[in-house]
Amino acid sequence: MDRRYQKRKLVNSLSTLLSGLAVCIGLLGLIWILATLFIKGIPAMNWAFFTESTPAPGSEGGGMANAIVGSLLIVGLTTIVSTPIGILAGIYLAEFGDRSKVASVTRFVTDIMLSAPSIVIGLFVYALFVATTKHFSGWSGSLALALIAVPVVVRTTENMLKLVPGSLREAAFALGMPRWRVSLDVCLRAVKGGVITGVLLAIARITGETAPLLFTALNNQFFTWNMNQPMANLPVTIFNFAMSPYENWQELAWGASALIAILVLMLNIVARIAFREKTQS
Amino acid sequence: MSEFLSDQGVSAALKVRNLDFYYGNFKGLKSVSMDIAEKKVTAFIGPSGCGKSTLLRTFNRMYDLYPGQRAEGEIIFHGSNTLDKGYDLNLLRARVGMVFQKPTPFPMSIYENIAFGVRLYENLSRADMDNRVQWALEQAALWTEAKDKLHQSGLSLSGGQQQRLCIARGVAVKPDVLLLDEPTSALDPISTAKIEELVFELKSSYTIAIVTHNMQQAARVSDYTAYMYLGELMEFGVTDELFMKPKRKETEDYITGRFG
Repeated sequence: MDRRYQKRKLVNSLSTLLSGLAVCIGLLGLIWILATLFIKGIPAMNWAFFTESTPAPGSEGGGMANAIVGSLLIVGLTTIVSTPIGILAGIYLAEFGDRSKVASVTRFVTDIMLSAPSIVIGLFVYALFVATTKHFSGWSGSLALALIAVPVVVRTTENMLKLVPGSLREAAFALGMPRWRVSLDVCLRAVKGGVITGVLLAIARITGETAPLLFTALNNQFFTWNMNQPMANLPVTIFNFAMSPYENWQELAWGASALIAILVLMLNIVARIAFREKTQS
Repeated sequence: MSEFLSDQGVSAALKVRNLDFYYGNFKGLKSVSMDIAEKKVTAFIGPSGCGKSTLLRTFNRMYDLYPGQRAEGEIIFHGSNTLDKGYDLNLLRARVGMVFQKPTPFPMSIYENIAFGVRLYENLSRADMDNRVQWALEQAALWTEAKDKLHQSGLSLSGGQQQRLCIARGVAVKPDVLLLDEPTSALDPISTAKIEELVFELKSSYTIAIVTHNMQQAARVSDYTAYMYLGELMEFGVTDELFMKPKRKETEDYITGRFG
């Protein structure tokens, strides 16, 4: 009896130790990455970093203004387009289609899209859109990113709506509410926090995507608001500059990497707060 | 004595005739026929799975939400059969309200919880809507507790208050019939007493059908009681008579607690 108890205590402390170690290893990696990014990246983030465009090869100084604006435009457009599509499709899957053939096919395709390598999506948009219009453009970049973002939003919306208790749905129907209002005004509202989290996580994911933009938005050395032209963006610029021999380019790449990391980190934090508020009330 | 209340000079809000109900292949209700008296309380009692909730859910066709469930027969409401194919379900549900076992406030403010249903069918001015919300909350005996926090979330109320909010929400659209599906089974005794008082008061304006597992509750609040068993309506009559001298042995066994 006593020996069994001692043994159990030993196993308990051992497993606590091991899982603690595992957490430390995981955290160490994360902190290491963040620390390196911040140490090398923060000094690069000066006034010129945000106001000047990417420098020509060999020239001094310069900044990331064109890439920042390009990323904001491309990601912003993607968000505006894919949020309603994703949420509506999610509502369809959870509330209307349910077990219909269309719904199960949609669900299957969405799952494939979720795990599709992003470079394949980039190539797909290249073949379909860029090759047809015969030039790289911001639009095509947004299109490629939307193909990645939509499935994420669809799935989170559907999964969240599935959590709505049947009793709440019945109560809404019992008032004589038409189905679309039950879905939008009662069910969707009940899981608002979760759906917003899904959208934010989708944005966080596409902000760092490089491969789909390589074949679509490409890059642009100059500042532009015109999404019909090739467009500079943070991930591709980082890719190009980090591998370049110029020291100021490498510094800019560090700065841009830190900037993306900060943005994604902030989105995740906002998403957590949004979700927590909802689940508490 | 004739079989139906409507033949005895009692006006009936709902007339159920030869109602069969199926969950897929399983027959949940077997040829149920009865009248629900207008502006009276009718209680449904019986062991779990006897079909009392199923019957209640045919009155507003809640079962329609689920494929595989269907009803055959007639439920006459205002002269037409609500089981007919083309019957307007939203309109039916606006006139036959329902309160469920667990409180189900919508994720919005107390005020909006009530105004939301009203807006579906009426276009009221702001002042009229304020009055309607107050009226509904007063009907549900919740006004004094809720009047200072109308714009707080409905989820911030206690369980008993939430259930009264759901009753207020059901009353606000001014239905003819109110269906209560075990409305107090998730509540404490004090909240239960409040809801029972409420049922007693509401029957002056509404026809009420209540499903309950609690026989004392049925005896306390209802005018008529229906005892159901295995999908059949075993006995139906004036509550006092049914509890004092039930006609059938099975009913007696159930209400005296020898079974069920």
